[in-house]
Amino acid sequence: MRYQPLNLARWILWGATAAVFIVAPLVFTSSFALTMLTQMGSFIIFALSYNMLLGQGGMLSFGHAVYSGLGAYIAAHALNLMGKGAFAFPVTLLPLIGGLAGMLFGVMFGYVTTRRAGTTFALISLGVGEMVFACVLMFPGFFGGEAGISTNRVVGKAFLGVSYGPAIQVYYLVAAWCLISMAAMFALTQTSLGRMANAVRDNPERAEFVGYDTQKVRFLQLVLASFFAGVSGGLSCINFEIVSAENVSALSSGGVLIATFIGGVPFFFGPILGAIVFIFFVVALSGFTKAWLLYLGLFFVLMVLYAPGGLASLLLLHIPLLRARRLNRLALPYLLAGGAVLLALAGVIGLVEMIYRLSEQGASTVISLPGVSFDAATAPPWLSFGFLLMAGLAALHFAARFFSRRWHDVQTEIRAA
Amino acid sequence: MTTALELHDVHKSFGSTKIINGVSLEVRAGERHAIIGPNGAGKSTLYNLVSGRFPVSSGKIVLYGEEITGLKPCEINRKGLSRSFQVTNIFHNMSVYENIRCAVLWPAGYRYSFWSRVGGLKDVQRRAEETMERIGLARRRDVLAGVLTYAEQRALEIGITIAGGASVVLLDEPTAGMSRSETAHAVQLIRDVTVGKTLIMVEHDMGVIFDLADRISVLVYGEIIATGAPADIRSNAAVQEAYLGSFKKEKHDA
Amino acid sequence: MEFFLVQALNGISYGLLLFMLSSGLTLVFSLMGVLNFAHASFYMLGAYFAFQVSTRIGFWPALVIAPILVGAIGMLVERFGLRKVHRFGHVAELLFTFGLAYLIDEAVHLIWGRSAVDYRVPPDLDGPLFEIFTTQYPIYRGFMMLVSVAMLVSIWLALTRTRIGLVIQAALTHPQTVEALGHNVPRVFMLVFGGGAALAGLAGVIGGNAFVTEPGMAASVGPIIFVVVVVGGMGSLAGAFIASLLIGCLQTFSVALDWPIFGLKLSQVAPVLPYLLMVLLLIFRPKGLMGTREG
Repeated sequence: MRYQPLNLARWILWGATAAVFIVAPLVFTSSFALTMLTQMGSFIIFALSYNMLLGQGGMLSFGHAVYSGLGAYIAAHALNLMGKGAFAFPVTLLPLIGGLAGMLFGVMFGYVTTRRAGTTFALISLGVGEMVFACVLMFPGFFGGEAGISTNRVVGKAFLGVSYGPAIQVYYLVAAWCLISMAAMFALTQTSLGRMANAVRDNPERAEFVGYDTQKVRFLQLVLASFFAGVSGGLSCINFEIVSAENVSALSSGGVLIATFIGGVPFFFGPILGAIVFIFFVVALSGFTKAWLLYLGLFFVLMVLYAPGGLASLLLLHIPLLRARRLNRLALPYLLAGGAVLLALAGVIGLVEMIYRLSEQGASTVISLPGVSFDAATAPPWLSFGFLLMAGLAALHFAARFFSRRWHDVQTEIRAA
Repeated sequence: MTTALELHDVHKSFGSTKIINGVSLEVRAGERHAIIGPNGAGKSTLYNLVSGRFPVSSGKIVLYGEEITGLKPCEINRKGLSRSFQVTNIFHNMSVYENIRCAVLWPAGYRYSFWSRVGGLKDVQRRAEETMERIGLARRRDVLAGVLTYAEQRALEIGITIAGGASVVLLDEPTAGMSRSETAHAVQLIRDVTVGKTLIMVEHDMGVIFDLADRISVLVYGEIIATGAPADIRSNAAVQEAYLGSFKKEKHDA
Repeated sequence: MEFFLVQALNGISYGLLLFMLSSGLTLVFSLMGVLNFAHASFYMLGAYFAFQVSTRIGFWPALVIAPILVGAIGMLVERFGLRKVHRFGHVAELLFTFGLAYLIDEAVHLIWGRSAVDYRVPPDLDGPLFEIFTTQYPIYRGFMMLVSVAMLVSIWLALTRTRIGLVIQAALTHPQTVEALGHNVPRVFMLVFGGGAALAGLAGVIGGNAFVTEPGMAASVGPIIFVVVVVGGMGSLAGAFIASLLIGCLQTFSVALDWPIFGLKLSQVAPVLPYLLMVLLLIFRPKGLMGTREG
């Protein structure tokens, strides 16, 4: 997969990003939106740090949450000590402590895990993740057991009116760290280490034969990535004021993997996109349905099958069309395909929700939505949703054919022009 | 006259199969030394042993008086020995310029640094561009290595090998698969870029060998059966027997 | 002495179960280069299918039907999923199987609910096999060992003695040559992947009622299998065998002992031990016990 840093009018892009961060909570003013935006901010750092391993270093890790989680735990303890007055330290810089802690563990575990590459590295990262998770539950004295460690982010006197009590202040803290981390991680890709990480990813043997110890390159890349993971852990600690075993769990590691992949591994901004989509999915969707993890898994598998470059790759494919001002030619195909997808989706959601309701012991089998209600224990809803699904898939088949023909035509036009 | 590379009684077996059976070789500094032999003689294996890709079963390899047996490939490379590959082994997803730059970074001293932008390193840029000029790919600077023509990729392969300024260069069948004109071009390129360096070359094309080599060693079934100047090798009875007519045939075509 | 023997037998039967799982994983990995992250999910499916079949029909039919069902699912997965991602490389294949594991886990949650199901040892096999001093050793454990060994022996025979086995072995290293000789290599891959899934399913049938059948079983045994494969050495069946027995005994003994370690009891530290073993091995012997192939 090709790695491409986005290099159009860099300053404009960074400026625009910063502007979006600053303005976002003023546009989406509900507290629910604010929570989501704050989570997105710290998750963006986490996903970008993950892509330092996967997208840039070619290292597939199933245990990245170890570094963010342990960073969060250390940050929580530091915050508690600060609250007790043991030492003075600005809360604003607490993510730095998380980052350094994450980096420490990156050195410790990285030494072991980077001895192998490829699939073996992936399995080892899984094993280390499970090991840390098991350890966290084994030592409740330090890790607080199942309940975790809780903390209070309002510490000491407010500085210039900033106490981090109100959620909006936490948001801007996260946004600032996010911008700084994004810039730092981008800058790293342009360094000697960053370039050789790409080389090691593409052709480790050749990299050895131009004088680079591939294990050292991967080790250093992992150490740097674990720093940023720790930063995101520290921010999460400040935001939620609690750190528990879930922060180091396989679920967390899997989550950042899915988010990064959905966004797009080969592109620097892919994980940013993926983090936003993922958090939206998880936070918004989990309120509506119990099956959100299933939908997420389905979405992920479909992306692996049909768009392994992620949403970023899909977006970038449209840039030539945008330049040639032929984007409007795709309007109809998209409309048709979108309609087909909605049909199929309605069918899937209906079936899944009905299965869920039926498997729930003691719950009524009647599902009531605004305007319509149906009984999952009877046949008609099953037939209807099944029909919707079939119809949707059939329509999608034809819509996809139409779409690809139109796409092909537009591409030919562009090349001829 | 210094010795650039020495092999002392090197053996290599894979399991019970003996591939290299006691090879001793001396390559003088600054000479162009060719290694020839029938297929399966162990030429690529020999390269893999010298460059550290495989460990030796027994024996010693010495580079400029320093033993390099058992060192990692990156360590051997840092000591001044560089190799190319028979099957093109470049960074397909990087541009020509970036490929060469990778080979320059370590020798230029930048190592694992993550605090300076490579784009701004003038010395790295200069060396990379110089190398691109020498191998004739300067006008293909930003083309992805994966879409170059075969001959261009082979040239890039050589470029990556010499970009770091190694003093001992191992080329593994550099003209494999090339047409006559491409070969002539490659021979000139090799001659130019190895001025003042020690070149060890594995080749099948006898025309290329006799054009470039100062001395030739003949490897048959994992053993060196003869070493000497091209004229001596050509008339060596044992060599003729091993090749049985291929010399005469090649001389005919060349 | 009695304790040691009983635990040793338990450890060996559990180790053989682990080997059933890790051997399927290793075979698929050796042949197709893809590590099936969803292997433990197939194990879980085998247990659940066996539960359904055994409550409707009986245990013995379940022993046959469940693995076949899981094998069929495996073949469908290969044909319509894995084959598509094959051209994107090993990372994409691994990610596909990872997503698949998620999906299967959630689907099981969806259909059978979040709590454990009552999949029981069949009455004919429920009882003591023999007595070691004062402890009765259950028949079912003996049955498990018997099935494991029988299954593995027949696979070994199939691979080395039958024609399809030879084709598989050849396709292991030279798939294009084998295809040029007229064999349908994609179909071979589909059969092997389905076979691996069926093997995992069979392990689920016999393991699901000896241990617990619940939606989390894939997530708890999955990482252990991967540790077995890494410790044994990627691609080595002999290594997987040794590692399976080693880890099976390690887990069985450590859970049953109360030796003090760092202020905790050994039984509390037990979950971490297989991973600790893996980490230590990686420091001192990165290739695993008998490693042959890099991922």
